[in-house]
Amino acid sequence: MREVLVLAEHERGQISKSTTELLTLASRMGMPAVVHLGDLTESARSVLAEYGAGKIYIVDRPAVHEYRVLPAAEALVTISVQSSPVAILITSSAEGKEIGGRLAVKLGSGIIIDAIDVAADLTTTQSVFADSFIVRANVATGIPIITVKRNSTTPVAAPTTPTIVKIDVKTSELAMAATIVDRTPHDQSSRPELSDATVVVSGGRGVGSADNFSLIEDLADALGGAVGASRAVTDLGWYARSNQVGQTGKTVSPQLYIANGISGAIQHRAGMQTSKTILAVNTDPDAPIFDIADFGVVGDLLRVVPQLTEEIARRRS
Amino acid sequence: MRIAVLVKYVPDAAGDRHFTPIFTTERDAVQGLLCELDEYAIEQALQLVETAGEGQVTVLTMGPDNAAPALSRALSMGADDAVHIVDDCLAGSDALATSLVLAAALARIDADLILTGMASTDAGLSVIPAMVAERLSLPLLSFASALRVEGKYVTIRRDDDEATETITTTLPAVVSVTDRTGEARYPSFKGILAAKKKHIERLSLAGLGIDPAQVGLLGAMTVMSSVSRTPSRAAGVKVLDEGSGGIQAAAYLAANGFI
Ligand SMILES: Cc1cc2nc3c(=O)[nH]c(=O)nc-3n(C[C@H](O)[C@H](O)[C@H](O)COP(=O)(O)OP(=O)(O)OC[C@H]3O[C@@H](n4cnc5c(N)ncnc54)[C@H](O)[C@@H]3O)c2cc1C
Ligand SMILES: Cc1cc2nc3c(=O)[nH]c(=O)nc-3n(C[C@H](O)[C@H](O)[C@H](O)COP(=O)(O)OP(=O)(O)OC[C@H]3O[C@@H](n4cnc5c(N)ncnc54)[C@H](O)[C@@H]3O)c2cc1C
Repeated sequence: MREVLVLAEHERGQISKSTTELLTLASRMGMPAVVHLGDLTESARSVLAEYGAGKIYIVDRPAVHEYRVLPAAEALVTISVQSSPVAILITSSAEGKEIGGRLAVKLGSGIIIDAIDVAADLTTTQSVFADSFIVRANVATGIPIITVKRNSTTPVAAPTTPTIVKIDVKTSELAMAATIVDRTPHDQSSRPELSDATVVVSGGRGVGSADNFSLIEDLADALGGAVGASRAVTDLGWYARSNQVGQTGKTVSPQLYIANGISGAIQHRAGMQTSKTILAVNTDPDAPIFDIADFGVVGDLLRVVPQLTEEIARRRS
Repeated sequence: MRIAVLVKYVPDAAGDRHFTPIFTTERDAVQGLLCELDEYAIEQALQLVETAGEGQVTVLTMGPDNAAPALSRALSMGADDAVHIVDDCLAGSDALATSLVLAAALARIDADLILTGMASTDAGLSVIPAMVAERLSLPLLSFASALRVEGKYVTIRRDDDEATETITTTLPAVVSVTDRTGEARYPSFKGILAAKKKHIERLSLAGLGIDPAQVGLLGAMTVMSSVSRTPSRAAGVKVLDEGSGGIQAAAYLAANGFI
């Protein structure tokens, strides 16, 4: 069976969920073959095996641990030339798209960005213009390169025993041109990661102040959810930029999204309107957010939100 | 210091954006404008020149005739000159073709620094900066939330999910900037008047030595086969809070299995 290359995304030795999603997609069109940059931990190997990796290419070079884009693109070129894969799948992260863009030019291959699905015949599905259109497309030239959005597919276990192949790749001088001179990890929040959370509770300008954001946090904690914010809020410095939802923030697609004091601008909706259920609280009955809300409360969030939090606690006890 | 800024003319996101029957973006139905995220790149270019006390900022776009006002806006913000690549054969270009054309135009300029936005506000693929860098064999520092140039070096700060990083490389280089770099200035009245005297160079594919078969729908390496509107979300129940809004919301959540 021909190989479908999957670029592994991993942090601190752990394989990301999106990589398992790519493996599930890859198995539709051939044998998933993972390209893993850096040391393969036992935990990483077993996750890859569980989700159907028939082969794991390990590219281990010191430079790879630094600025990873070009080393990754160069490794994918070397492996593609050897194995002429059916397709190359990459997670649609900032880094993944940068790798994909470089790779497309290097291989002279067409690239589809931000696919939400890939069929066995390699037809891709994209959701575009703030999720108002569904586009189907194919790569017509070269080895199809497809970057896939996180959380678009449910990973399905398909245990295998992967063959391990060590590959030596010559890294170019250009690949070493950028250097990370400093890296300060953020404090880890005790709440779930925004992009993967099943519940997201967000606040907008209507929250009124940074202090009032504790009301949003309390509701999020009552539901075991993550905290989101509109750009108005992050611009005002009421909440961290890393919590921004929308076009220039994160895209979320939880089971439940609660928008508090958020008007529902197109750029905000672009990041959340594929949420399963949307609840909105807003004083303005004509706020556009109500057009996409399954349940809306027209009212002052300073009253409604604490009452909701309290009622959840009461119902649980 | 010579700085080139890539800017895109995009349909207004607040309009009803859609596709033509041949799957290109419908550009006539919706008002077009200079991509708001590219204004941040222009602002950074202007600030770098102001700080250095010397330099030239050239803005480049590939787009139809009516993209010219986007360049005028960039010139009225303070850019020195502009390049407009316009050719009927370009309609329907995919990312690879777009990057081919932009790289060819950039190669004529010999800039020390090439700035781009973090993403366009229409397709928003965030892939052109990497493709342009690859074609020009340059390093790319992406998603800068701050940048500075010192001698031969450009250094950025990048804030991602995991960490805040400081990344540096030597010039020439490509840098894509985010909306965290700081508000872009409004064109002043003086700026608008000055812009009228600034030069917009128009370039065709022939002028760039690019074969039309490599670009547009003809040269596309990706082919769209269908487009359909996503069924719009139906608005649900709306209640007015008369003292028990939170309790009603909780009842809704409980009924739907969230509590
Ligand atoms: C290129 C670009 C990219 C952008 N990217 C993003 C993005 O990623 N994310 C994003 O969110 N925005 C983004 N925006 C900004 C977006 O256009 C809106 O300006 C922003 O989403 C507005 O935030 P908001 O809803 O909190 O504020 P507002 O629009 O000011 O709305 C506040 C709402 O709160 C309500 N309210 C006030 N008081 C109360 C109260 N006591 N109780 C209940 N309701 C109350 C008001 O009725 C109003 O509806 C972007 C814009 C551009 C141009
Ligand atoms: C909905 C949709 C989906 C698409 N999907 C694909 C796809 O999967 N694969 C594919 O190959 N093509 C695709 N295209 C075509 C692609 O969007 C265009 O080729 C486009 O010119 C480049 O991508 P972008 O707008 O996403 O730019 P981005 O990569 O998001 O732009 C980043 C920066 O590059 C600069 N830039 C981008 N375009 C220009 C320009 N024309 N002139 C000057 N500077 C510019 C700007 O500084 C901008 O901020 C798609 C188009 C649409 C409308």
